[in-house]
Amino acid sequence: MNQEARIEDVLEKAHRFKSEIGQSVHDQYVERLFQEAASISKESVTKTPIRYLKDEKIDRILTSKLWGFPTMIGLFTLVIWLTIEGANVPSSMLATFFLDWLYPILKEGTDAWPWWLSGLLIDGMYLATAWVISVMLPPMAIFFPMFTLLEDLGYLPRVAFNLDGLFKKAGAHGKQALSMMMGFGCNAAGVISTRIIDSPRERLIAIITNNFSLCNGRWPTIIILSSLFVGALAPAWFAGFATALSVVAIALLGVALTFLASWMLSKSVLKGEASAFSLELPPYRPPKIMQTLYTSIIDRTIFVLWRAIIFALPAGAAIWLSSNIMVGDISVAEYIINSLDPIGWVIGLNGVILLAYIVAIPANEIIIPTILMLTVLTTGMTGVGSGAGVMFEPEDMSTLSNVLQAGGWTLLTAISVMLFSLMHNPCSTTIYTIYKETKSVKWTVMATLLPYGFGITILIVLAAVWRAFA
Amino acid sequence: MKKVKESSRHMPSEHGLLSQTFRIHQLQKLGVNLDKWDYVVALAGNPNTGKSTVFNSLTGLRQHTGNWPGKTVNRAEGAFSYKDNRYKIVDLPGTYSLLSTSEDEEIARNFILFGQPDVTLIVADATRLERNLNLTLQILEITPNAVLCLNLMDEAKRKGIKINEKALQQRLGIPVITTTARYGDGMEALLYAIEQVATDAWPTQQRFKITVPEKLEESIHALESDLKELYPDLPNTRWIALRLLEGDERVVDALKNDEFSGLMNSFQQPPLDLNAELDVLNTNEASS
Repeated sequence: MNQEARIEDVLEKAHRFKSEIGQSVHDQYVERLFQEAASISKESVTKTPIRYLKDEKIDRILTSKLWGFPTMIGLFTLVIWLTIEGANVPSSMLATFFLDWLYPILKEGTDAWPWWLSGLLIDGMYLATAWVISVMLPPMAIFFPMFTLLEDLGYLPRVAFNLDGLFKKAGAHGKQALSMMMGFGCNAAGVISTRIIDSPRERLIAIITNNFSLCNGRWPTIIILSSLFVGALAPAWFAGFATALSVVAIALLGVALTFLASWMLSKSVLKGEASAFSLELPPYRPPKIMQTLYTSIIDRTIFVLWRAIIFALPAGAAIWLSSNIMVGDISVAEYIINSLDPIGWVIGLNGVILLAYIVAIPANEIIIPTILMLTVLTTGMTGVGSGAGVMFEPEDMSTLSNVLQAGGWTLLTAISVMLFSLMHNPCSTTIYTIYKETKSVKWTVMATLLPYGFGITILIVLAAVWRAFA
Repeated sequence: MKKVKESSRHMPSEHGLLSQTFRIHQLQKLGVNLDKWDYVVALAGNPNTGKSTVFNSLTGLRQHTGNWPGKTVNRAEGAFSYKDNRYKIVDLPGTYSLLSTSEDEEIARNFILFGQPDVTLIVADATRLERNLNLTLQILEITPNAVLCLNLMDEAKRKGIKINEKALQQRLGIPVITTTARYGDGMEALLYAIEQVATDAWPTQQRFKITVPEKLEESIHALESDLKELYPDLPNTRWIALRLLEGDERVVDALKNDEFSGLMNSFQQPPLDLNAELDVLNTNEASS
């Protein structure tokens, strides 16, 4: 007998035995297994009941129907508020160092080089990177440790517990709450974490909708735009808080979209019933502060920053080149921006923003620096930069908002960019991860394009309504 | 194979000054330095039992440990050396069983079954022993070369739970060590137990068997002898026979596609490139 026939034989035998036994083998085995485990544990464990009520008491509030959601929103608002308040000073210090002090020195030092070489290296690549560091590092270094602290305390499973019912109503798996929480850090990690979901249908839903969790790369964009445009509308004492609230509003919209999209998928292409599972609430564990700081700085802050820098270097070069290579009498960048402008107008954006989103497909982190650089180029602003494609020196946040206003930005533009940040394609790393996890071009394309369906619809309506009333 | 004296089974006290400050001088944390190793340790256990914490304190790596189930879904690898031997340690995804069909359970069970680690270190939550034993017993059905680490002893104490680890050790036939990995308590004893099992100094026990109804036992036996003929090197035919009888689709498919010989090969030679090894595993998962 050859191997194949012998295997066939074994399988056939197994099948025959199975029907001879009749009663489910799995049940028989699991029953005995549980009996055995129970008897061993009974033999070796003695329990003196201690009513340990602290955890239960805390949980009664944090996961209650009445207080669960308000405390959740309150806590996240607090975290983001602390981030915004804390990031301002170090941000401007870094900007002073990299842009006001180091940049002129580098410029002088390369005086003898050909203009295009120092332009490409210093005005393109160096400035793009310096920008990324001074804008991104402070909020990340404050936000990530606090978020990690909440995670280590054991708060995230409580959030998942609060959201579990909603996921079931949307026809999705309750564990999707956990992969969604991972997505708030990084969507690629969120997509991988859906492996904890057994059912392929529910897992696909979790993968496709993970992009609606605002990730590391997008938090700073939302935070910066909120403080420039929304915070500025509020009286000074309330500005930080108003900013935090608008950031939380965007994040919550993402959560709402996760439910909506999951529900739509489970009613259409991924039909089925939600499977039950029990989510266990781990005990609250006092976080080890130093270790938390270490891991959140190394695993998250430095990781994200490094990624941003790696993508900022070529992006800086590309922007500088495209704004210095001429087609006829305008530069390549201007040419692209002009042709994208009409499309941008319809959805409340402009050509600069759309081009920035194309440049930033590898890493959402560099959206704001790219937009600023391109805006200076197209408006031909003086005093804030030293020529086409040079990332200028924003002395403080108000210069930054002056630049954007010169680029034709209104409150509508800012809100549209924040919404578009939430609802566009995932970054290329996430797209690649989705493909690796699903092994399917179809679902990868679906996950990439689905956010646009929501994004473009909402933005068209918003822009039309806004313009009708404003 | 060393002869075992009764005294060598005695675990060093975990209350020694050394372990209290967690400076175990024979332990060298090698991080991801994975050039050569003498023994492979697989790290298994239920989710949120502190597996990653144990992993970190053995290797000196700082894989992020989150206080929630399902944090580790990928395999992480690290190394350490203890006394004269170097160990490679593979952190498997936390799972409640090895029976169902989610991808994380698949990764864990493939590695324990086919990777043939020298030691499978099972990290259990001492406050939920019964549920943790479900997985422990399933692992013991696959391999007797295991150590049970009863972790989170501080929480157990807080909840008034006492565990007679000697009785447990007797019943399971493997070393049982109590630890609080967060504070490094019991790590010295754990290392010693790992060494004992790895070097075969721990007396080999009969493989743990769950007694099943007679009719089922006969069928298992018949299938086992067929499987042994097909794959003489297959480490655990009883377990696979049982899966076949249960109609476990993944195992049936694996047999149909003759994957068992393939998996055996990919694990038997020490892999040169760890990523390549991981890819083999992933491909097998994806195609099954």
